[in-house]
Amino acid sequence: MSVLELANTSRWYGNVVAVNDVSMRIGPGVTGLLGPNGAGKTTLIAMMSGFLAPSAGTVTLDGDPVWANVSIYRSIGLVPEREASFGYLSGRQFVRANAELHKLSAPGAATDRALDIVEMAEPADRLISTYSKGMRQRIKLAAALVHDPSVLLLDEPFNGVDPRQRMHLMELLTRMGGEGRTVLFSSHILEEVEQIARHIEVVVSGRHAASGDFGAIRRLMTDRPNVYLVRSSDDRRLATVLMGADSVSGVQLEPRGGVQVQVTDFGAFALALPRLAQEHRISLREVTPTDESLESVFAYLVSA
Amino acid sequence: MNATISRLALQSLFGQKRWWVLIALPLLQIGLAVLVRVLSGGETGGAFEPVLVVFGLGLVLPLVALLVTTGVLGPEIDDGSIVYLLSKPISRYVVALSKLLVAVVVTVVLGAGSLVVAGLILEPSEPGQALAVGIGAAVAGTAYCAAFVMLSAISRHGMVVGLIYVLVFEGLLASWLAGLRYLSVSAFGRRIAGSLDSALEPIAGNLPLGYAWIASLVVLAAGCYVAGRRLSRFQLRGDE
Repeated sequence: MSVLELANTSRWYGNVVAVNDVSMRIGPGVTGLLGPNGAGKTTLIAMMSGFLAPSAGTVTLDGDPVWANVSIYRSIGLVPEREASFGYLSGRQFVRANAELHKLSAPGAATDRALDIVEMAEPADRLISTYSKGMRQRIKLAAALVHDPSVLLLDEPFNGVDPRQRMHLMELLTRMGGEGRTVLFSSHILEEVEQIARHIEVVVSGRHAASGDFGAIRRLMTDRPNVYLVRSSDDRRLATVLMGADSVSGVQLEPRGGVQVQVTDFGAFALALPRLAQEHRISLREVTPTDESLESVFAYLVSA
Repeated sequence: MNATISRLALQSLFGQKRWWVLIALPLLQIGLAVLVRVLSGGETGGAFEPVLVVFGLGLVLPLVALLVTTGVLGPEIDDGSIVYLLSKPISRYVVALSKLLVAVVVTVVLGAGSLVVAGLILEPSEPGQALAVGIGAAVAGTAYCAAFVMLSAISRHGMVVGLIYVLVFEGLLASWLAGLRYLSVSAFGRRIAGSLDSALEPIAGNLPLGYAWIASLVVLAAGCYVAGRRLSRFQLRGDE
């Protein structure tokens, strides 16, 4: 059981603040680090894995600082986003080298075990340069798992991995978390994080925007005010009617046709819109959420 | 020292298509010796210095050292994949020394080795002379590796700075400004080679012999320290 703790951690490069006063506690189980690209996820993982000194604050693993402390790697397995440029090695050679570097007493057995876990035993004797993206991701995971670490840090592990291999990776991480390991992975895709992480930490523009179990984060994201564009047979009448609904806080006629509707309660609006349209004999042609982009979701979380 | 790190460094040098670049220069050195011998019909007396000292010690050896040293440490740091080696409970100084050791051994085998072979081809009757050049080249090659490690720690363009050091500083300036020989690795090598065989005295220059040895050791020690420090301060930066 290992706990990674960040206390008022900041990191800046010159005038650019990459991580701004983040405090979080990552315990056993799967934690998702969610945020748009450029939010500081890689910087956070680099600090958690001892590859970046915090400019302020501390990062500790079970109370010991991780920066400039190579002994932490006995309990940390790191899967960086970057490709391993060891294409001239076979998968087995690469994993075995990692086992040897950990000075394991039986590196061969540990290598076989790690290859089995990620189901890479069969192609393990091929050169890494011949692997697909998903296979490379799995061999990196095997290398990180070879010493049976209690903490596993993965930077964007699902990027570019095909759906079948993604499923497999997700099952693996879930299993690792279930075994009591502290598993943290970063992603910019909510659906990915939601599927396997029991706990989610959201970072936006270097700030810690939200923290909680996936249900709480999901509610935060769906309960926010939404804007929809509705096209209908009679936009002006629809606007009048919608303004009377409790779930709507504002309407605006669009110059190019359609009504822009600001909605406070998504669930109630979804029920009210078709009912009102039918009552007033207005036919709906199009209902589009206009700000469903992840960035707007994150922007809302930051302001909340 | 860590055997796995050294083995991986060797594999990275020779496991990729770069290996032929590494052996091209030593082959050129040996080929030149063969050519000179064939064309001069065995009368190679005057060719020893230009072929072995000017071309070999002055150009082939430092270029081999530069290619090997930047190949062993540079790419993995640049593309960040060195984190796979550094995320282990091993002192970063051990990682750096294990890699530097590989660079030194490969440089000595390929660089100094090809000089010995070329020397034996040119002067088969004077094996002592070839060996003396080989020892001088081994010391200079070791110092070159350490020097290039330092240069690439100071500058992102270690390869270019190394080339400038070899071609401009040593090749051009040090031949005009005698004082610069105190900072020229090549001059250390020549002085040490010159002290080992009386026939080589003309190439030795007037550098104090003790200075040549001590300066080589100082460069080596500094290179080890700088490389270890660079890895222990290594920071993984995101693309963001």
